[in-house]
Amino acid sequence: GLLWERPLMEVRLGELHAWISTCSFSPQGLLGAVQKAWSSYCAKYIHVRQGGPAGISMLLAGYCLLSYGWNYQHFKRHRWRKYH
Amino acid sequence: VLHTTRPLHTTQQSLAPVPPLPEKGGEVRHGLIPEEFFQFLYPKTGVTGPYMLGTGLLLYLLSKEIYVVNHETVAAASILTVIVYAVKKFGPDVAAFADKLNEEKIATALAMKNEAIQSLETAIKEEKKEQWRLEGRNYLFDAKRNNIAMLLEANYRERLMMVYNEVKKRLDYQVAMQTLKRQKETDHMIQWVEKNVVQSITPQQQKESIAKCILDLKALSKSAHAAV
Repeated sequence: GLLWERPLMEVRLGELHAWISTCSFSPQGLLGAVQKAWSSYCAKYIHVRQGGPAGISMLLAGYCLLSYGWNYQHFKRHRWRKYH
Repeated sequence: VLHTTRPLHTTQQSLAPVPPLPEKGGEVRHGLIPEEFFQFLYPKTGVTGPYMLGTGLLLYLLSKEIYVVNHETVAAASILTVIVYAVKKFGPDVAAFADKLNEEKIATALAMKNEAIQSLETAIKEEKKEQWRLEGRNYLFDAKRNNIAMLLEANYRERLMMVYNEVKKRLDYQVAMQTLKRQKETDHMIQWVEKNVVQSITPQQQKESIAKCILDLKALSKSAHAAV
């Protein structure tokens, strides 16, 4: 199909620049993109007849990574070695 | 306010029936990484590619101490162990329980739908029966017409009887009047004749008749005396 109607997963690396230039960066556009991403994630991993631990565990893992990233400056002080 | 110019029901309804949920979710390996990632790397690096990538990333993060090993690492490791053990052990039971709940919900909804369909079907049958009954209305009207005709006939005859009775009564009255008049006339005439006859007997005639009667009586007594 057309470039701006394809989801991100089906866009090839060479067309990534063109694809990013077609999406809108207004607040409504960003909100719409976030909502679309969340609803597609839910539809794929949570709203199924037989879901497993995958649906929530991915969310928790993402939360762990995010919180590690936010507190990185605090962790940097507990390094074991001075020079890497 | 319903805008009558808006076309109604031109497109397919998007709300019902709701498409059923997919059976299984997206494939996820080791509970964390979606299968699409492995498929994405497969053409270039084969089967071990993502694992090598993971190992290399891990060693890089540890050696450069971008990931710092501290007490939280120990806590995370123990928590993860417990969680994995619990999921592996109690996962299927919880899944069966959730499936049972779902089944019950679906069963109640299905029962309601079937009940509604049944009631509507019985309503349709009743309606058809009523329509069939309607076809017999000719008989009903004939019976009613007969009833009314009978009523009219009975009423007519009643009135006829009344008329006959009334006329007879009047005629009887006239006849009675005439008989009475004739009776009275005869009585009166008899009385008048008797009165006149009695009046016409003069005192002279009375004496002569009494004397004759005495003579007759004497003659009779003589003959009777003789007979005895």
